[in-house]
Amino acid sequence: MMSEAKRNGGSSVKTTIKAHVNGEDREVEIDTRMILAEMLREQLRLTSVHIGCATGNCGACTVILDGRTVKSCSVLAADVDGQEILTVESLSAGPDDLHPIQEAFVENQGLQCGFCTPAMVLSSLKLLEQNPNPSEDEIRHGIAGNLCRCTGYHFIVKSIQDAAHRLATEGSAQ
Amino acid sequence: MFPYSFTYLAPSSVREAVELLVRHEADDAKVLAGGQSLIPLMKLRFAAPGYLVDLNTVDGLEGIEEDAEGLHIGALVRERDLERSEFVARRYPVLLDTSRVIADPIVRNVATVGGNLAHGDPANDHPATMVALGATVVVEGPAGRRMVAAEDFFHGLYETSLGPADVLCEIRVPRPSPSRGAAYEKFERQVGDFALVGTAAVVEVRDRHVADARIVLTNVGPTPHRSRDGEAVLVGATAMDETFWAAAQAAASALEVYDDLRGSAEYKRRVASAITFRALRRAYARAIGADGG
Repeated sequence: MMSEAKRNGGSSVKTTIKAHVNGEDREVEIDTRMILAEMLREQLRLTSVHIGCATGNCGACTVILDGRTVKSCSVLAADVDGQEILTVESLSAGPDDLHPIQEAFVENQGLQCGFCTPAMVLSSLKLLEQNPNPSEDEIRHGIAGNLCRCTGYHFIVKSIQDAAHRLATEGSAQ
Repeated sequence: MFPYSFTYLAPSSVREAVELLVRHEADDAKVLAGGQSLIPLMKLRFAAPGYLVDLNTVDGLEGIEEDAEGLHIGALVRERDLERSEFVARRYPVLLDTSRVIADPIVRNVATVGGNLAHGDPANDHPATMVALGATVVVEGPAGRRMVAAEDFFHGLYETSLGPADVLCEIRVPRPSPSRGAAYEKFERQVGDFALVGTAAVVEVRDRHVADARIVLTNVGPTPHRSRDGEAVLVGATAMDETFWAAAQAAASALEVYDDLRGSAEYKRRVASAITFRALRRAYARAIGADGG
């Protein structure tokens, strides 16, 4: 499947894409071979997007694309032209202004090293948007795309249950 | 890791996609749909297409519609959209069974039904279901459009009826009939894993007997495996648990499976019989309308 032409390197083809990232219109020059995770981290300095496995298994690179969670390590940057992207940076301006889901993760020890956490928070956001009162089973299935090596998931599940409660009673922080 | 260099192409129609694939065939042009198998493979450098022809820029491949013929699923329909279609849940619940166990919910937001068939990976789940349902695949190629029966579509590991310049456009599933039920069961070590074994079962019931049946297994060979040994036990027999068990066991013992990192051959056969039994029982419950929806 590999020809000489490719091993010698294809030429870099640049293009400009326009995406609405964390509420702002951004114009980004990309190589057409660039992966979305790379674009977000390198071009836009959104370093909450973590690259854990680079093969689409761990979900640490999860972002929200046009309202759906996607693994940004397995999407081409070229495919997000005209689309809306949200990373966890969009949820709060700083540690004193946390989103209820983030607060719930802090209060319930839903993180240890924090590497999976931005992705976990985004998956929780979407999960609770679609199912504001999920059962434990629904939560566990809902975050099945996000692997965590530290916590054993128990406190993550508790964080999400608490987040559901916070969102229901207090409404969104924003 | 980064893929080998490639040139990215964005056609606006299927016809144009085919032309680009023809033009760049010598440089291993490949279609990009959901990319959830292809992009990771490219990053691991197990695949190195010189050209990627992106179907995401083509309109008209994302419909789910039913007509007199049956269900038409556009090749670019995302698994999640199939999963969430109330209509599919009501009329073709086996497709929901299948979709729901593919990878994980995030992958399913992007992964496509067409890709799950076109990739030709024996561990993919839709192939067994589509073969069991007698589905047809619509292919657009250099010589025009053609139909391929699902049971003729899968040739071997990563090999399907798709030639290098072919584009899978649509999948057609025949209309359900009131006396027919279908189900898919998958056994995986953890969520997101490929199947240790999966079974698609379709049964047609008449007067409490199995009038017709299909049993097709996932990941027990290079292509979806239709178990005629299992089907032979069912056809004409009384529809009941004992029959389903006997059929499941016949299907499992006839399997040519090998030890691998998912388990020993013996373990796979045992799991296959349990999974096949469950799929048959659920298909039967749907056939007689006793599954409660």
